[in-house]
Amino acid sequence: MEECNMNELTTKQKQWAQEMKLKALEMAFSTGPNGSHIGGGFSAMEIYAVLYSGILNVGTTVKENVNRDRIIASKGHGVLAQYTALWKTGLITDDELKTFDNNGTHFYGHPSRELSHGIEFSAGSLSLGLSFGVGVALSCKKRKLNNRVIVVLGDGECDEGLVWESLMSASNFGLNNLTIILDKNGYQLDGSTLEIMNSESLAKKFEAFGFQVDEVDGHNCEKMTVVIQKRYDKPNAIILNTVKAHGISFLENNKMSHMCALTQKQYDQALTELKGE
Amino acid sequence: MELTKMNATIMSKFGQSGAAFSFALIELAAKNPDIVVLSSDMSTPAGLDKYKKIYPDRFFNVGIAEQNLVGIAAGLASEGWIPIIVAQACFITMRSFEQIRQYCGYMKYPIIVVGYGAGFCLQFMGNTHFSTEDMGVLRTIPGMTVISPADAGEAAKALTAAIDYKKPVYIRFTDKMGCPMVYIFEYDYQIGKANLIKEGSNAQIIATGSMVSCAMKAASSLEEQGVSTAVVDMHTVKPLDGEAINKDAKLIVTVEEHNIVNGLGSAVADYLVENGINVPLLKLGVKDCFSQVGDYNFLLEQHGLTPEHITESILNKIETIK
Repeated sequence: MEECNMNELTTKQKQWAQEMKLKALEMAFSTGPNGSHIGGGFSAMEIYAVLYSGILNVGTTVKENVNRDRIIASKGHGVLAQYTALWKTGLITDDELKTFDNNGTHFYGHPSRELSHGIEFSAGSLSLGLSFGVGVALSCKKRKLNNRVIVVLGDGECDEGLVWESLMSASNFGLNNLTIILDKNGYQLDGSTLEIMNSESLAKKFEAFGFQVDEVDGHNCEKMTVVIQKRYDKPNAIILNTVKAHGISFLENNKMSHMCALTQKQYDQALTELKGE
Repeated sequence: MELTKMNATIMSKFGQSGAAFSFALIELAAKNPDIVVLSSDMSTPAGLDKYKKIYPDRFFNVGIAEQNLVGIAAGLASEGWIPIIVAQACFITMRSFEQIRQYCGYMKYPIIVVGYGAGFCLQFMGNTHFSTEDMGVLRTIPGMTVISPADAGEAAKALTAAIDYKKPVYIRFTDKMGCPMVYIFEYDYQIGKANLIKEGSNAQIIATGSMVSCAMKAASSLEEQGVSTAVVDMHTVKPLDGEAINKDAKLIVTVEEHNIVNGLGSAVADYLVENGINVPLLKLGVKDCFSQVGDYNFLLEQHGLTPEHITESILNKIETIK
């Protein structure tokens, strides 16, 4: 990619991420005392902004096209980032987003497959999206499509045995069209991933399962853009180091951010911080 | 394939999965290029070697990983393939229960889930390998179809019908090699439509799977003892064919090689109660306990499921009704 285009793209990605965060905060606050998955949504804002804003073949023009890239959110609780990115692409409207977590909505706490909205997978039960993604990638390869299958995983999610069954099968079937995006925010529901089930050396584990592994800062759009565009002759995983609830100081590195409600005061503070005022 | 006495006899020697996979599947795959078969390291015992040889590019072995088996199949189904997935009945239904619930139920992918070695046919493999809860767990999933064929020929028919059904289907193969024949002439097979295979006015036995042939034998001896007995092959346990239940029978008996809890008997009981049908019901099936391990007949005897035991239980029940 040309340098000037790269700069333009990075500016766009950052702009998207910023708008997504403000929209997501509003959505989170709208859930009232029920609360929402703020931590895992805000760790993935830049990730989803990068995935949906230009470097992949996704969006309104290709939504049900067989050649589209498939972005499969296995980490289903990342909807605050996923829905707002789809809103930026135009696949989810403003009015639709306003129904977030309302009775009878399609847009609840975990995404439900609906290609007209760009949602490839009904997630919620961790690890099931990766296994599904292996099947999708296998099909795309058999049909000789030149597209990519991107699966977004969480680091806590890697506690699940099915993740490792899926990794084994992806390299066994030579799925070089499959890319895992790992949002390594270091926390799971009960606390730090180091304390709950040590997820250090994930890179080595992925490599041992036959994956090419890259690792970059998951809040740096420019670095992510470069690494996501790399293609290899085998399946690859990109470990993205992130901060859970990134940008909201009182929730960062706080396990309570996993699923929480915001008071008016907290909302006001978060808004001020996110706006950088 | 038209059912004749000759091919019914041949299929019977191959068992249910042998008949379905060595005969029906070969024809189906030739006609339908979207069929793919996946197994979790269980293809050879299930009789898939012939298919694998003819269609090597439409077979995937995922290793001993039943959960991933269902997940990969779902991914393929989402792209338009028709996946048939094969593993031991106990593992594919219970280790992968949540995957079947998610991909077949919630996401509605028409995957054909085949449980090889259901019921007691894995004999000395023991309780870990018996599959006597499979129909019960899967019939609680919205939109799931649960089928237990009566013999080898019906197993082939069930697989054929499942391909056209376009909905998620579970087929359990109670797979004793040389399983007894119930059908030797061509007949109409439709998913969700039970077959009345013997008329009778007093008792009606509603059986599924391997128990259909046992029920036929029991019905013959009951006739000899003056009890006119009908037999219904309820090959589809969900959706249940309530129309096939005789409201005017003196006694309804359900028989299944499955836990007495939440199988065919429970489905029939629900139907009777919900429809206000006041006919005594005798539920015969695997007792709600783990088994002492032994050969197939030893296990059937332990749970009162041989033709002789079935006859005796029905006669005893009739005594209590009088």
